[in-house]
This record gives sequence, structure tokens and C-alpha cells, in this order.
Amino acid sequence: MAGLSDLYQEILLEHNSKPRNFREVVEPTQSAEGFNPLCGDQITLYLKVVDGVIDDVGFQGTGCAISRASASMMTQSIKGQSLEKAEEIFDAFHHMITEPGGELDLDTLGDLETLSGVNEYPTRIKCAILAWHTMKAALAGDSDGITTE
Amino acid sequence: MTTGDRSTSAAAFDVHKVRDDFPILKQQVNGNPLVYLDNGATSQKPQSVIDAIVRYYTTENSNVHRGVHTLSQRATDDYEGARAKIRKFINAGDDREIIFTRNTTEGINLVAHTYARQHVGPGDDIIVSNMEHHSNIVPWQMLCEEKGANLKVVPIDDTGELLMDEYEQMLSPRTKLVSITHVSNALGTILPAAKIVELAHAHGAPVLLDGAQAVPHMPVDMQELDCDFYVFSGHKLFGPTGIGILYGKAELLEAMPPFMGGGDMIKSVTFEKTIYNDLPYKFEAGTPDIASAIALGAAVDYVTNLGFDQITAHEEELLRYGTQALTSIAGVRLVGTAPHKAGILSFVMDKAHPHDIGTILDEQGIAIRTGHHCAQPVMQRFRIPATARASLAFYNTKEDIDALVKGIDRVLEVFS
Repeated sequence: MAGLSDLYQEILLEHNSKPRNFREVVEPTQSAEGFNPLCGDQITLYLKVVDGVIDDVGFQGTGCAISRASASMMTQSIKGQSLEKAEEIFDAFHHMITEPGGELDLDTLGDLETLSGVNEYPTRIKCAILAWHTMKAALAGDSDGITTE
Repeated sequence: MTTGDRSTSAAAFDVHKVRDDFPILKQQVNGNPLVYLDNGATSQKPQSVIDAIVRYYTTENSNVHRGVHTLSQRATDDYEGARAKIRKFINAGDDREIIFTRNTTEGINLVAHTYARQHVGPGDDIIVSNMEHHSNIVPWQMLCEEKGANLKVVPIDDTGELLMDEYEQMLSPRTKLVSITHVSNALGTILPAAKIVELAHAHGAPVLLDGAQAVPHMPVDMQELDCDFYVFSGHKLFGPTGIGILYGKAELLEAMPPFMGGGDMIKSVTFEKTIYNDLPYKFEAGTPDIASAIALGAAVDYVTNLGFDQITAHEEELLRYGTQALTSIAGVRLVGTAPHKAGILSFVMDKAHPHDIGTILDEQGIAIRTGHHCAQPVMQRFRIPATARASLAFYNTKEDIDALVKGIDRVLEVFS
């Protein structure tokens, strides 16, 4: 079993203390809210999609280090990407988090691979996945909000 | 509770001997001895409670109140015997006032669907406090919506104490029910329950007390409190899950309509007319959780034998020790600092979210609860999303607190 140092890697802690794109987006084309009702985590995700490309992305809210770092790293990885590519990154991330021992698409994941340790902590998977499902909901035009339950 | 010869009773209390009665505490978790500090969520069970369940299913499993055969009579005797033990435990006046439910939540919903539905109308008030569990908020919100009534919330101060002046001003002829916690699950505050009841009664309003977090820590006395309803869960009182208690004053219960219809709650049924059964059976439709009721009786025996003099003395000492230990760590802040508290150390850390604290402590075998504790309005009051909560039982030790402090040091290391 991976230890704490595999879960709380330096890069994750750094994203937690200095989250990237932690802001509202001016004139977003899509936004959605996500909740983890078990622990009270809350995220609002803003997207600005221009001609099928994610031109800008930002998030706000409260959450644990894992949900915050995951959201921060997600915004970095999808910004400037096409919607198809964002979908591909979502799939690779979802696979990594929910299927321990599976093969990782390292080319697609890049730095996101740092979060792979989460898959050994079943109670924390929802923290890592919250921002990602919120992005899916925003892109699907579902602004009512999603929950991890 | 704060009087008496504490030194004598504390000296007679051997926590390590008590721990031997709880088999689950003897294990390692993640390579460390289990430190169980999540008693507010559910308590562990002594061997005598586990044995009661095994004995019931091994020797007398049968349905209650039905059969003429021997096993059914034995099961009925033990089921009713448990009811009598619980009546004595909370000093209720009559066995008929003890209703078996599934849990605290069901007890509150029962009163909402029967008494309150009958007595609350448009423009009436139901009063709760700012530190209720969701189970003592949502049933009343649902009823208020149905009836066009108002849910009034008594505010609390920064330590987590109820503002009694504001409560008194809120009471009026429109107040049809006051439903308030006896001990806060998120903060540990012990509320002045008898005074709350007295003030409500002066305005003609009945009171329901949520005793889920009170009964494991202190003696509760229905005659002294004079409350109209009192609810709690068996599993927080060292008994099994799936069984809880609603106490109600007989004259109120008599006048209330049934909650659920079915077998056991009737005297006779025809398609033209059904005659409901007497108390307490009117409120116990269907086959109950017989084994759990009997095992809850065993839990009450266990706690009674230990004695609340010893339990409260030990727990007050632990709470004092824990409060001092946590407040001396830089970057840790206690949430809930009322002078009268029971069993709860809720805290936040500057650098780490409660969820991360919980994971890092678990890695060291320490079980705490993290999150909003089903009390989101309390979190909103203190402007925090969540807390980490260590909650105590009489089998906890100062070594458990020391382990928690060491665990928090590890959190500080990770989030340095």
C-alpha cells in the first residue's frame, strides 16, 4: 500500500497552498457547481469555450488538499485544449483514480499522474474527482450542480 | 454530576479493565493500535451486548406478542424486560411511555408526523436551535412547509452556548413545539435542558429533547427534566444499530394518532373499522428488531453497573486533558468551547483541511470524524466548512489523547 508520502506529494501540497486559476472567469460560457455532501466540499467551475476550445477556466470554493489540488491541476491541464482533448484527459484521469493497478496514459495525464496515489484511499476518491465531474456537468450545460453521492 | 466524591470514584474506575470488555478495541489498524475517537458517530459494544444478540438468536429467536409457544413467550419476556430496563434507566414513570424505534431520527419523525401534524397550523411556530443535527431540522422544515408554519432558530454565541434570553423572547402563544438537542453533536455543548423545558411550559409549549449525544455521557431523568418527548439511539449507547427509543408522556402519546399502520399496533381490524392497540404498541407497527432491543437492555445494564458517577468523572478528566493538549498546539483551534461540555473535541487547523487531518490520523490507527457532522448550520455559524471531531467514551484513555496529539504533529509535518 502506498504511504502518506505517495498521497501528499510535494506538487500536490504546492497546488493546495497556491491553487492555479483560483478565480472567477469573466463572461464564462458555462459554469457549474459541485458538492461533496459527505464532507461539505464545494466547488464552482467557470469555463469560457470559444470555437470548441477551452479559452479560459477558473474555480472557486472550499475543500481539502486533494480536491483543491485536483481542481487546480485540472484547470492547468484543460486550459487551451479542445473539448475532445478535455474529454480524453477526463477519461484518463477517471481511469487512473478509479481503477487501481490499471495502465496509465502518461502522455495524456502529464503532471496529473501525481494524484494516482489517491486510488489507494477509497474514501478520498470523491475528493479528487469532484472538480472533474463538475467540469463534465458544466460542459453538458447542467448548471444545477452535481454531487458525488 | 459535578458534585460528589470524585477522587474516590475515579480511583475505583479501572479504564484498562473496562477496555477488556470491548473486543474491537484490541486490534491494530494500519499497523498501529486502534485509537477509537469516533464515539459521537457510534460507540463500540461490550462483549455482554454481543453475547445478548448471539444468545437471543441461538436460544430464543421467535416473534413477540403473538405465539402461544414457549420461545415466543421467552422472546416477549426479554423484549418487554428490555423496555422496563430502559424505563428505569431514564426514570420514566411507566413502561407504556417507552416506544422502540429504529433510531433518534425515527423518533423525531414519529413526533413530527403525529403530534406536530395534529397541533401545528398556519402561522404557528416550531423552535429549534442553531446547533441541531439535520435530523432535528429537516422533519420540522418539511412539516412547516406542509402547514404554513414558521421554523424559528435560537442563536448561539461564539463558544457554542444557547442564547437563553433570545430563546425566552422567541416563545409565544404561537409556539406549538420546542425541539432542541440536549448535547450538541458538533460542539459538545450541554444545554440547560430543564430550564428550556420550564420556559416552554410557561408558554404552554411542549418540548422534545434530542438525547442522542447525552445518554452515553450523563444520567438523564425524565421526572427531573419534565420534557414531553425524549429521543435517543441505541448504537451510541453501546448497544446495536437499528434500535432507538422515543419517550413520551403517556397523556400525549394516548392522544396522538398512530405513526405507521400494520400488525401489532391494532386491537381488531375489520374493513369497516380498526381499533388501535394500547401504548406502547400503538406506535410499534410490524415485527420490531427484537434482538437489538434485548441487546440494548444489556447495554443499559452494562452502563448502569459501571455507574455514571465513574463515567462522568473519567470523561470530564479526559475532556479537560484533551482540551488542554489541543489548545496548546499552535495552528489548532477548538470549535465549541462552552463551559459545560460532554465528550466532544471539535477542532480546525490553519494549514490542513479536516478531511486531510482524518486521512493522516487514520494512517496511524486513529479514528475520528471529519466533515460537517450532519450539522451544516453550525458550520455556517462558525464560518467553517467542516471540523475534525474527536469524540470520547468512558473506555478512552489519556494515552488515546496523547496518540491524537502525536497524530496532529504528523499532520503539521505533512502540511508544514
